[in-house]
Amino acid sequence: MDFISQPWPWYVGGPLIAISLLLYFYFGQNFGASKNFETLCTMAGAAKFSDYFKKDWKERDFALLFVVGLIIGGFISAAYLIPNQNIDLNPNTAQELTDLGFSNVGRQYFPDEIFGEDVVSSLKGFLILLVSGLLIGFGTRYAGGCTSGHAITGLSSLQLPSLLAVIGFFIGGIIATWFIIPILF
Amino acid sequence: MKNIKFLILGIFFAIVLSKTEAISWYRFYEMFKFQSFHMFGIIGGAVLISMVFMQLFKSGKIKDINGNKIYPEQKKKGFISTILGGTFFGLGWGISGACAAPVFVILGFKLIPALILLAGALLGAFIYGILSKKLPN
Repeated sequence: MDFISQPWPWYVGGPLIAISLLLYFYFGQNFGASKNFETLCTMAGAAKFSDYFKKDWKERDFALLFVVGLIIGGFISAAYLIPNQNIDLNPNTAQELTDLGFSNVGRQYFPDEIFGEDVVSSLKGFLILLVSGLLIGFGTRYAGGCTSGHAITGLSSLQLPSLLAVIGFFIGGIIATWFIIPILF
Repeated sequence: MKNIKFLILGIFFAIVLSKTEAISWYRFYEMFKFQSFHMFGIIGGAVLISMVFMQLFKSGKIKDINGNKIYPEQKKKGFISTILGGTFFGLGWGISGACAAPVFVILGFKLIPALILLAGALLGAFIYGILSKKLPN
């Protein structure tokens, strides 16, 4: 039962993600997640505004089912598989965030300061999430992939564009966590 | 419903990301601050094992379900688009602690915040689509 109730270590996660990639390719498709943002735009009628979205979304029905699976899997995990969300953080990380004003650091997956109910209904909290989302959607499509498509699929197939993209991910992530988070909080 | 297997794979992948804490804001904060090995171990391990799979695809030892050779899609080239696009994505990822697949997984944990993130991501993809011909590659 420990396997159900306890978090899984990195050396379990890495192989299971690789197996997910293997199955995705075995099922005949290219592993990735961020192209779905485009597909959802197409479904919502974005082709009216740009030919870029003039695609047949039904050709990507497999990917949409994968997305539905991700959502169902999220609900299953949240409801049944994670009895507590304690995270064994580096004490320095926990102290740093506490100093920035974060509460309950490491006792939940998502900090109240960004994901809390009151916060997301405030203008600042709403904009933090909306603009982050916008950067994720715009950036992944401009770069041509996300963590799945570039960092895992692209790096493992030794593609140079993916190495550049991952360098970009880290430039952005470092700017965000070292400089923007301390300004925001 | 030959694609139902993708739905099941999606559920599996979401559970893996959830159980390994690879959807947690704190884990990505730690990663970008280089304060923990956890996420580097997960992503690095996934990449190393996938490299072996890629070699098996290349040599034809693993074929797809229809018996066809597996070719990973060639990523579009472009120095500016990959670095700059990657940096934009990294900014969003670093602030929200969510990359693309977790945006969908987090719906199960934090519905309203994740819906705002998703709305933002769709808006971002939409803006990219509108501007795509004008942006430098």
